[in-house]
Amino acid sequence: MTTSTPTTNKKIESVSGITVRLCGDSGDGMQLLGTQLTNTSALAGNDVATFPDFPAEIRAPRGTRAGVSGFQVQFASEEIFTPGDTLDALVVMNPAAMVTNIADLRKGGILIANEDGFNEKEYKLAKVESNPLDADVIDQSYRVVKVAMTKLTRAAVAEHGLSTKIADRCKNFFAMGLVYWLFGRSLDPTLRFIEAKFGKKPDIAAANVAALRAGWAYGETTEEFGESYQVEAAELAPGTYRNIMGNQALAWGLIAASKISNKEMFYGTYPITPASDILHELTKFKNFGVRTFQAEDEIAAIGATIGAAFGGTMAVTASSGPGIALKGEAMGLGVMLELPMIVINVQRGGPSTGLPTKTEQSDLLQVMFGRNGEAPMPVLAPRSPGDCFAMAVEAWRIATECMVPVMLLSDGYIANGSEPWKIPEMDELPTIVCTHPEKHTGEGPFLPYARNENLARPWAIPGTPELMHRVGGLEKEDGTGNVSYDPANHQHMCDTRAAKVAKIAERIPEQDVYGETSGDVLVVSWGGTYGACHTAVTRCREAGHSVSHAHIRYINPLPRNIGTLLKSFKTVVVPELNSGQLRMLLRAEFLVDCIGINKIQGKPFAVSELVEAIGKHTSTHSQSKAG
Amino acid sequence: MNLPVLKAADFASDQDVRWCPGCGDYSILAQMKKILPDLGVPREKTVFVSGIGCSSRFPYYMNTYGMHSIHGRAPTFATGLKSTRPDLMVWVITGDGDALSIGGNHFIHCLRRNLDVNIVLFNNRIYGLTKGQYSPTSSEGQVTKSTPMGAIDHPLSPLSVALAAEATFVARSIDAHVQHLGKTLKAAAEHKGTSLVEVYQNCNVFNDGAMAYAQERKQRADNVIELEHGKPLIFGAERDKGIRLVGSHLEVVNTADVPADDLLIHDALDPNPSIQMMLARMRYPEMPEPIGVLRSVAGVSTYNDQINEQVTQAKAARGEGDLSELFRSGDTWEVTA
Ligand SMILES: Cc1ncc(C[n+]2csc(CCOP(=O)(O)OP(=O)(O)O)c2C)c(N)n1
Ligand code: SF4
Repeated sequence: MTTSTPTTNKKIESVSGITVRLCGDSGDGMQLLGTQLTNTSALAGNDVATFPDFPAEIRAPRGTRAGVSGFQVQFASEEIFTPGDTLDALVVMNPAAMVTNIADLRKGGILIANEDGFNEKEYKLAKVESNPLDADVIDQSYRVVKVAMTKLTRAAVAEHGLSTKIADRCKNFFAMGLVYWLFGRSLDPTLRFIEAKFGKKPDIAAANVAALRAGWAYGETTEEFGESYQVEAAELAPGTYRNIMGNQALAWGLIAASKISNKEMFYGTYPITPASDILHELTKFKNFGVRTFQAEDEIAAIGATIGAAFGGTMAVTASSGPGIALKGEAMGLGVMLELPMIVINVQRGGPSTGLPTKTEQSDLLQVMFGRNGEAPMPVLAPRSPGDCFAMAVEAWRIATECMVPVMLLSDGYIANGSEPWKIPEMDELPTIVCTHPEKHTGEGPFLPYARNENLARPWAIPGTPELMHRVGGLEKEDGTGNVSYDPANHQHMCDTRAAKVAKIAERIPEQDVYGETSGDVLVVSWGGTYGACHTAVTRCREAGHSVSHAHIRYINPLPRNIGTLLKSFKTVVVPELNSGQLRMLLRAEFLVDCIGINKIQGKPFAVSELVEAIGKHTSTHSQSKAG
Repeated sequence: MNLPVLKAADFASDQDVRWCPGCGDYSILAQMKKILPDLGVPREKTVFVSGIGCSSRFPYYMNTYGMHSIHGRAPTFATGLKSTRPDLMVWVITGDGDALSIGGNHFIHCLRRNLDVNIVLFNNRIYGLTKGQYSPTSSEGQVTKSTPMGAIDHPLSPLSVALAAEATFVARSIDAHVQHLGKTLKAAAEHKGTSLVEVYQNCNVFNDGAMAYAQERKQRADNVIELEHGKPLIFGAERDKGIRLVGSHLEVVNTADVPADDLLIHDALDPNPSIQMMLARMRYPEMPEPIGVLRSVAGVSTYNDQINEQVTQAKAARGEGDLSELFRSGDTWEVTA
């Protein structure tokens, strides 16, 4: 393979993994830089995990602490599950970025600062008295590399005759070049990216290439760096891989489900962070038969979704907590109509508008119970960006097998995070068979609410002669579907709808466990905390503790062996980014006194905090055993 | 092809109709069953979608496909259905509270998108199902269960709202005026794009006679003007009154006093809704209220056609989507054992 990346003449040190955070003003292009570094690292065969963190304001006031946009990535030669706790390297474009992030840099870590972003004006904006780089403690604690990125970038792009403003925008590519040099990354994928993105504006493309190369050359020539670092490819299962983000994987999973079930898709939604990117992704795939509908609000979005489902289409709607609240009434209708559809909730920090760009897991009880009346819905929760693909397919499989709306619960951390995804072979995808009765068989009138072994009713669709029927939100008589106020029938229908959801447990996998199936401590988690919990449990086990991990992806109904599992451990610990919602469900269902590890800060768990919190319970046990 | 000839009775479901005796809804149901056979659309291709209210029980009484949905949202269900199943004839059945209060938003958006569905708005100027509270079309000062000292909101005209949303078909009819009602429903069904028919419907339990001026045969001729495209605006039991456009307003004249050429000629096909809007704003008792088709503009693209057209275009341009190709698009890498 030809490459246009030069080779370094400096010493290369081999390391097993690097965690780096890039931060600057929200206009500085840090998200782009981070995404490029991620893709390049994934292409180098590393395992990668990312954590983008951006302000809720589109253009928060420049230079202020509120306007800092960050992107963290860990790339490693072994399998990793989180973007890392402490940073090996931190790149900061201005004082605000430095003061808000420096605490996470490990002692001895590399701090690369854009010197040109540090001046009196910026100190004021960042609300610092003087240059934070000059503090003695900084010099003593970290390897500080000050680089005049703005000046160097201007010089590098001078020949392209751009305005200063445009030239300065290239400085994220300079920073990228420097980071690529430091970690031995190939420039090629980013060169390809520049070509694809700026090909129509050759001067901008050329300037960005020049800035990127200048950054690389700076690393190679400056005396500041004695060596660069190399992270070998990770040992992942054989196959073809690509890097994928959570929302993208959700969209692709939906497209795949649509294809394998031979159904065209209707996606009705109303924009909301962090769910909007699913819409942006799906609109690209109209040639897959995807119809996207940007509704006037969330109620219209789910209404249209139910209408499409009634017509026989694969129907999906998505939102985040506030929008799911608006959809509540229509979800209840979906439950009454017993039509298949998917409702996606990409959670963010709440309540109300809350923390739109931050992650939280506090909508679990909302999606379990946030409907009037007894209106049970299956709830599935992917555990990582790549897992969104599989769970989207699962959601559609369950929805059609049982004729029920299914809730898919993701979160901002999964949605915007990314990881290598092993591309499935077509024959690895499950089969989903959707059928519609074509004519009336049997005696008497057609029964729209007759049930099969899954307690599912037939998906008879308009256009089919002889099967005309009316559905609606008024209670239905079992079988005929006629409006019924009969007390016994209502009891029976409530019981049946609940039994239908409960029965799904027969057709989902049993809960798997990492570690032994009995012992001292069982860590039970769900959703986006998977990586942190898995890594924390691994550390506890390496330290010799009896700790196992069960990560639940099917929350309603729960896998059929969960009860036994919970009772096989002395202590059950449930870490959640809420005040204890799964814990409440588990306690109520199994009368097991689960212990919560809870955090509601709009931030994911750090592995270290989990290790410490879990450790409290293991040590109690070791002590009591010793005693 | 030999289509079976259907009768009104074939469209009746086996469910008992449970409106109050004397309710105007019965007449609308009867006219609907009467015109459907003439449209040549099979029962199984016909779908009634409704919100919540007395009128919204309608789908249960039709032997077609139907969905009784949630309050105010019927247009949204119709949107998903018609966008994915353009082959179906979709009717939206709604009330004044349903369409204009809780569902005002969806009503507007359905009209401006020009989704090819027919909205029939039963306007009884009251909330029937919830037993007699005032509605967005109730008159100012109206005393109801929830407004003992009189309603203080200014009423909304569904026709004006529809015209403001650039609706392509806007009409009004009256429950008691059965021929007119049947004719108007049929014209609505034949229109491509969203059609709105407001029907004055008497709620004889909670708002009896609120529109008697327009419903009762004797008064009707003087208080209502029947619009016909291309015809001058003449009304009155003796057909002695007409409407003239003076500057930017309409006035009632005696036909005896003005030359025939001076009367306003109704142009339902005019894409400019200005005069249609003036007609929509004519209110009893100052003016006769118009019934018939105020506006019928052809050739405006429909939402359902366009959403499907984009899919067809994308398939033609890029070929039917291939999963395996999608997964491998962009940068990938191999891990070997
Ligand atoms: C979300 C919600 N809010 C309120 C109601 C109660 N409700 C049912 S029908 C109705 C008003 C119906 O009035 P209208 O649309 O004029 O219909 P009518 O009964 O007069 O035909 C109301 C307020 C409801 N069913 N759902
Ligand atoms: S309450 Fe009024 S609108 Fe409702 S059924 Fe009775 S008469 Fe008709």
